[in-house]
Order: sequence, then C-alpha cells, then structure tokens
Amino acid sequence: MDKTIPDLATAVSGIEDGMTVMIGGFGGSGAPIELIHALIDRHVRTGHPTGLTVVNNNAGNGHVGLAALIEQGMVGKLICSFPRSADPKVFTDLYLAGGIELELVPQGTLAERIRAGGAGIPAFYTPTSFGTDLAKGKPVEEFEGRSYVQERWLKADYALIKADTGDTMGNLTFRMAARNFAPLMATAAAHTIVQVTRLVEAGGIDPEVVVTPGIFVQGVVEVPDPAQEEVLNRADAHYPEVA
Amino acid sequence: MATKLTPTQIAWRAAQDIEDGAYVNLGIGFPEMVARFQPPGREAIFHTENGILGFGEAPAPGEEDWDLINAGKKAVTLKPGTAFFHHADSFAMVRGGHLDVAILGAYEVAENGDLANWSTGPKGVPAVGGAMDLVHGAKRVAVITDHVTRDNRPKLVKTCSLPLTGVGCVTRVYSSLAVIDIENGRFVLREKLPALSLDELQSLTGADLVIPDAVADLVTPELT
Repeated sequence: MDKTIPDLATAVSGIEDGMTVMIGGFGGSGAPIELIHALIDRHVRTGHPTGLTVVNNNAGNGHVGLAALIEQGMVGKLICSFPRSADPKVFTDLYLAGGIELELVPQGTLAERIRAGGAGIPAFYTPTSFGTDLAKGKPVEEFEGRSYVQERWLKADYALIKADTGDTMGNLTFRMAARNFAPLMATAAAHTIVQVTRLVEAGGIDPEVVVTPGIFVQGVVEVPDPAQEEVLNRADAHYPEVA
Repeated sequence: MATKLTPTQIAWRAAQDIEDGAYVNLGIGFPEMVARFQPPGREAIFHTENGILGFGEAPAPGEEDWDLINAGKKAVTLKPGTAFFHHADSFAMVRGGHLDVAILGAYEVAENGDLANWSTGPKGVPAVGGAMDLVHGAKRVAVITDHVTRDNRPKLVKTCSLPLTGVGCVTRVYSSLAVIDIENGRFVLREKLPALSLDELQSLTGADLVIPDAVADLVTPELT
C-alpha cells in the first residue's frame, strides 16, 4: 500500500465546486499553507473550485493561506469559532459586504462536532452555549439537573492538514501545537490529504508514537520545510504573488 | 472616589488564590498576566485551548517557534513536563471538570453568576473562541475586571444587558475595588480596598452586596 501523492497539484485535484473542506490549523500553527496555495493555483488556472464551505478555527490572517483562499473568492461559507485575529482584513471586509456566510461555533463545540463526525455520532449534548444566542433553535435537554444543548456532527468531503512525519501508509505524527484540529479532521473527511514535512517508508514511525493511524488518511504529499503563516505575514507576503 | 487597583494588581490578587499544582486556563489578553504572579513555592500548570499543558513564558524576540503558541496566538516555550494533545482532548479537559481554575475577563457579571464577555452587540464580526466552553467545567470560574466601565457604569450588575457567554457560571470576581464571591445568586463581599467605604462600593455596584461580618482589606504590593 502506498498513499504517496507525487505533487501538490495532484493532491488537491479532486476538490470540486461546493464541497465542504476542513482545513487544519489554529492561526498559523498547523496551517497547510502549500496545500491551500495549490488549491488557489488550480483556481487561477481553471476558475475552480468555488463555493467551498471551509471549516477552520479562524478566518485567516494577512494575504496567504486561508485568507488568500477567501480573497480569491473561492469560499462561500466559513464555519469557525474565532474569525478575528491580528489581520483578518480579507474576511472582515468580505463578511461586512455580505460576500461570505459565517457559521460561528464555540471552539470546543467545533472540535467535538468534528470528532463526532469522524466517530459516527450524529448528535451530542454539551453544556457549552446553553442560555446564549448561539444555542437559539437547538434542542435542550436536562441531565442530572443541568441543561445541555444538542449539537450535530460535522463531516467534510475533504480535509487538508499538515503533519510532521508521515509514512507511505498514512500514519502521522505532528509537531507541537500544530496538531490542534488535524487528527479530528482526518477522521471526519471522506478524503484526507496530508502535507508531511518528512515522508518515510512504512516502519519508519514507531507504532507507539503514531497520533493519526493511516486508516483516516487517503493521500500523503511531502513538503519539506513548509512555510509558516506568521513568518509570511511578517514579510507582508501575498498569494498569488503580486507581479 | 478612592483609588483603585491597577490591572497588574488585580492579576496579582487573583494569582494568590491559585494552589500549587492547580491546572489553570487563563483567558487571552488581560488574564494572561496572572501567570506572572505565582506565589513563591507554588507552580500552576497552565492549559491552553490549542493543545498544550504546562507551557512556559514567552521566548525572547527572534526565538519564537510558531508551532508553539497559546490561544492568543502568542509564542510560548516548553518546560519540563509539557504535554501536547489535539483539540477534542483539550476541550475534554475543559468541559470534563478537569481544570481547577479558569480566569476570564468580563464586560458584565450578574449577581446570579451570568457572564457576558464575548460580544458587545450585533455590530462587526462576531467571534467566540473558547469562551463559552471555558465557563463550563472548571471547578472555579473567576473573573478579573475593572469594577466599572470607562464611563463609570457598574460591570457587576443585576442582569447582564450584553449577549451572554454562560449562565450562572462565575464563582468569584476580582475587581479593581473588591473581591466578591457569587453565592446563591448574590454578590458576597469578601475583601475591599481599605480606603473605600461600603456605601461607596455599593454605589459603584449594580446589584445589592451581601456584607458578611468579616470583610478583609484588599491589599496588594505596589505594581503598575
């Protein structure tokens, strides 16, 4: 079995208009910048994909990665917990102009909805958001004297994530807090595509330290020395590069 | 009106109640300051939503590793005993009752423990982050805040007027004037600035204070 994909363009070639795409990362940590940029390249070349629903904790920063994807007009709806950051101008302007839909989800609920999607659990109850505006219209149930809000699973057509080491079978390890949503998203998407900083043969990762087992991964593409969103933004980078 | 504590002094006071070995989440912004004032001999273990337990302080400029950040997206450092985990485990720690203390900022706190700290209304881009999760599950949910708003209106109120973060969740408020517990739907005064009269404090508070027999002086070091 070999899940290796030869290049980034091939890795993102199956994403079609209107699909739901989960994108790993919390701010810049764990953001699969090269996969996102490959998707933008395809859009520049072909005009597709568009009308994507993107699931991420944030709404991007500056003019690279997720922010650039939004800036290209490829995202119709964002499902996220915190669309504010140091420089979320791209999303903010588009949102205030009515050009993008936002589904705001508390961060822990977002994580659990994705986990549930990957685990085959259609709904669950959480204390989070009970009695607040974000619980409006959702079923409420009492358990052991406390009130809980029903939330639904979240699934995706594709997940684009970044891992540290991956083997040819799709087993993954992550680097520090870049792990964040990635292991959950890998379980909740029909196709999980991973950019790994280091690709090794099967057997190259100690089974005791595998974080995401290969069953949750459909494709692995090696991107040595991946870009960091924070570093790109400090250099005021734009993607695609302005000529 | 009597002088009031600086934000640094409020953070210092909140830090004095954190036990050795406590698992603590500090909200982004002002609450992060609490970590600077751990009493000698005590070491809390700090949790951040994006998947780190037991991180250390900020690195020197130029030494940042952007895979090692806190929920405020600021660079932090490793310490002996640091652990990484994914977001579902992180919020299992939060909602599952495993954290000892969460310390948050506030726009308003109501006498029944309702907290409003995520939205000032329908204008602009709404953002909630982990605030609505953090108010559930920690054994103590404390708020650090100025006692009044910039235009001198009470932030401790009968009923919150801003969108709620959580219902009946706050257990203690460290303000610029007092330390107040929330018990049985009432504000119970524990400490106040010595120069401040009870009447003055009540006039700056939007709901009735319960005054027990013993109210301690709120005294902090000189910190700016």
